[in-house]
Amino acid sequence: MNTDKDMVVTTPEELAEAVQSAPRVLAVGAGTKPRLSAVASDVVKISTVKLSGIVEYEPSEFTFTALAGTPVKDIAAALAERGQYLPFDPLLVDAGATIGGTVAAGLGGPGRFRFGGLRDFIVGVRFVDGGGRLMRMGGKVVKNAAGFDLPKFFVGSLGRFGALAEVTFKVFPRAVTTRTLRLGAVDTAAMTTIFTEAAGQRWELDALEAWPAEGVVYARLAGPAAALDVLAAEIFSRWPGAALTDDEASRCWNGVREFAWAHDGGELVKVALVPGAVAGFLSWTQTMAGARTWVGLGGNVGFISLPRGGTLADGLAWPAMTLRGGGALWPGKRADAKVYRAVKAALDPQGRFPSIED
Amino acid sequence: MKTDAIARLMALLPKGRIMSGPAHLAAYESDGLTAFAARPLAVAVPETQDEVIQIVRFCYAEKLPFVARGSGTSLSGGSLPVKEGIVITLNRLNRIVRIDPAGRIAVVEAGVVNSHVTTAAQKYGLHFAPDPSSQSICTIGGNVAFNSGGAHCLKYGMTSNHVLGLKAVLATGEVVEFGGPSREQVGPDWTGLFVGNEGLFGIALEVTLQLLPRAETFHTVLAGYDSLEKAGDAVSAVIASGLLPGALEIMDALALEAAVAAVHADYPPNAAAVLIVELEGPREVVAWDRVRLQEILAESGAMEVRVAKDAAERLAIWKGRKSAFSAVGRLSPDFIVQDGVVPRRKLGEALKRIGEMASEARLRVANVFHAGDGNLHPLIMYNGKEADGLARAEALAGKILRMCIVMGGSITGEHGVGVEKRDYMPEMFTTNELDCMKRLRAAFDPLEIANPGKMFPEGAPAVMTTAQHGLHPLEKAGVITRE
Repeated sequence: MNTDKDMVVTTPEELAEAVQSAPRVLAVGAGTKPRLSAVASDVVKISTVKLSGIVEYEPSEFTFTALAGTPVKDIAAALAERGQYLPFDPLLVDAGATIGGTVAAGLGGPGRFRFGGLRDFIVGVRFVDGGGRLMRMGGKVVKNAAGFDLPKFFVGSLGRFGALAEVTFKVFPRAVTTRTLRLGAVDTAAMTTIFTEAAGQRWELDALEAWPAEGVVYARLAGPAAALDVLAAEIFSRWPGAALTDDEASRCWNGVREFAWAHDGGELVKVALVPGAVAGFLSWTQTMAGARTWVGLGGNVGFISLPRGGTLADGLAWPAMTLRGGGALWPGKRADAKVYRAVKAALDPQGRFPSIED
Repeated sequence: MKTDAIARLMALLPKGRIMSGPAHLAAYESDGLTAFAARPLAVAVPETQDEVIQIVRFCYAEKLPFVARGSGTSLSGGSLPVKEGIVITLNRLNRIVRIDPAGRIAVVEAGVVNSHVTTAAQKYGLHFAPDPSSQSICTIGGNVAFNSGGAHCLKYGMTSNHVLGLKAVLATGEVVEFGGPSREQVGPDWTGLFVGNEGLFGIALEVTLQLLPRAETFHTVLAGYDSLEKAGDAVSAVIASGLLPGALEIMDALALEAAVAAVHADYPPNAAAVLIVELEGPREVVAWDRVRLQEILAESGAMEVRVAKDAAERLAIWKGRKSAFSAVGRLSPDFIVQDGVVPRRKLGEALKRIGEMASEARLRVANVFHAGDGNLHPLIMYNGKEADGLARAEALAGKILRMCIVMGGSITGEHGVGVEKRDYMPEMFTTNELDCMKRLRAAFDPLEIANPGKMFPEGAPAVMTTAQHGLHPLEKAGVITRE
C-alpha cells in the first residue's frame, strides 16, 4: 500500500537517511514490475529514480558503476557508444526499468543464454542495510573473491534485505553482427527437441527463445557476418526456417525485451524451468482462458501472461514470481529454511524492509 | 574431555574412518599453503552425505570446530585444520549423481574432482568451464567453498557462475537446498551467497553445475616481447579490439626461466615476457577472429609470434604456463603465491611497483598472471631456512596486497582470503562491512565452529611453521600445480 509519505532520494547518503527515517521502508525504482513492490503491509516507499547517473565507466576494464536508479536505457546507450553491452539483455528497458530494480528483480533477457544471467555480471554493490548503514560489498574489478558474495545475494532479493544505492557490473564487447533465425516447431515436442539439441551444438547460439502459440523458435547468432551466414545455413539444413531481416529481428527482440506479447494490465509471471519441463508447463498454461506464454533460455524460463482479472490455475510445480498483476508474489514451488530468517535478521534486525513473503 | 569427544565421534562412523593417531593427523596438518600447519584432534572420513550431516551435527552439539577438506590444494590456507578441531575429508563423497545432457547440467557430490566432471560430460560434447590449475585433483566442494577461478575467467567467470544449485549442511546442522536445475531462478540468490563462503557457512554436499558445449576450435598464440610493458600493451590492444579471448595470460622472464628449466618449455629466447592468447568458438568465427588477432599482434612489437598448429602444440604452450608455479620451486627453496587483482589498465604500473618493492626487499619475484582480468600472481621467492626469510617474504606480499587495494582492486581474485590474507580484510572493507559479514556468518554458524580462523582477522591464530619446506609433496610428485 502506498502512503502519501513517499520519499525521493538523490544520493546514497540520502538513501541511508531515508531508510532510518521510518519504521518500515521499501526502495522502488521505476515500477516496471509493480507486483514486486506491492506489499500488503504499510511501508514508506523510497523512490530511487533520482538516485541516478553513471558513476564510473571504464571501457578498457569492461566495468561500469551506476547509481541504483539509473535507467538501464541510459547505461545501454553509454555502453553502445563504446561497442559494449550487458550480455544478459536486461528487460523492460524502454519501459524505463532502473538498473537497481533490475538487480532486485533478478531479471534478464534472451542474451543470458550464452554468457549467463544478471547474477553472472554483477561484481559489486553499495547498499543500505536495515540499520541504515551504507556499505560496499564485492568490488569494482571483474574478478574478486574477497568476502561473502552479497552482490549475488541481492539479485532477486526484491529490496527485502537492503536498499541498493549503487551497482558495479562487468560488461562485454558486443559482437559485430547478429542473425536471427525463425525456426518452425510444429508442436511442443519439436520445440523441446530444438532447445535440447541446438543448445549443445558447436554454433554457440546467442539466444534461443520460443513463442509456442505460433510454433516458432527464435535462434540468434552473434559474431562476424561471414561466419554467421555459414552457421545459419547449417542450422537451416537441420530445421527449416528463415532468417529475419535486421528490421524484423530488431522488432522481434524489442518485443521480447518489453513483453510486447503480454496482456496490458494483466498478470505476468516468470517461471524457472528446465527444458524437460517445458511440455508440462505449456499444458498447464492451456488450462487457463486467454493465457499467453513465452519460453526462453532454451527452455529454462517461461513467462505466462493472463488477461486483466485472470488468476493462475493451481498446480504450478516450478519456482515462480509474479511481476505484474494482483496474484501471489510467489505462486510456484517454494523452498524454506531456518537460515532464511537468520540472514534476514542479520541484515535487517528490526524488520525495516518488508518480508520476502510480503 | 578430548578423548571422550573422539570416542563419541568414533561411534558415528565404522571402524577406521575416524583417525586420531599422530601419523594420520600429520598428513592433514597443512594444505597448499605449506608455510602454515596445525594439528587437528581427529580426521573423519565420511562416505555418504548422511555421515557428513551426522558429523556436523555432532560438532554443533559438542561445540567442536571443524574444517571440511577436499584435496587440500587451497593456496590461502583455506583447509588448514583448526588446532584441536575435526577435519572432515570429503574425497570419498565422490559420486557423479547424474549428467543430464538435455538440460546441460551435472549433479555431483562435493568430493568429485573438478576435471572428472568434464571427463564424464565430454561424451555429450559438454564441459565444466572452471579450470583451476589444480583441476586434476582439486574437488568441486573446495571450488564451491572458495569460488575458484582459472585461466578462462574473463569470458566464463568463476565457479559461482557455473553453480546452479546445491545441497549443504550448515554449521547448525540444518540441511538446505539452494537453487535448482534451472539456469533461471526467482527470489534471493542463496546459491550465489553460499559459493565463496570459505567453509564458514557449512559444507556443500551435492552441487548442480551447468555444463557448456565444448568449443569446436581453439586458436592458441604465443607472443614473445622484449619488455613486460609491451606484453601488457598488447593485452590492452586485444581488449580494445572487441575480441573476447577465452584466455589472456602473461609470464615474465623469471617465470619463463623456471618453466624452461622444469618442463623444457620452448619459449622465444631472451624474451622478457610472453603473452598467451587463446581464441575459441565455431571454426568460422575463430577463422575471422584470428585474422584480427594477427593484425593486433603484428603491430604490438612482438619479437616472435607462434601459433599452435595442432592440439599437441596447444597443450605444450599450456603445460609451460600451468607448470610455471611449481617450476619456480626449482629457482628457490620456498615461495609464496599471491593473487591480488588490479584494474587491467594499471597492470603495467603494478608490475613496475612489484619489481621496485622486490628490489627493496632483496627478494626475487616471478610473475605469471591472468592479464585479461588483472589478476596478478606474483611468486615471492625466499629461503625458509633463513631466520627472517618467511617474514621478509610476507612483508613484501603485504605491500603488494596493499598496492592492489589502493589501485582499486582486490586482495584476492580466486584463491580466497583463508588464513593467508585475513589480516588484510580490514584494509579492503570498513568495520561496518566486516561486521555485516560477521553477522551473516553468525546466521549460518552462530557457534563459530565452521572453519574458524579464516577470512576474518580474529579467531584462532594460525600456527606458522617452516616444517614443510619447499614444494607441496603433491607438487613435487607432479600431481598438482598452482595457479
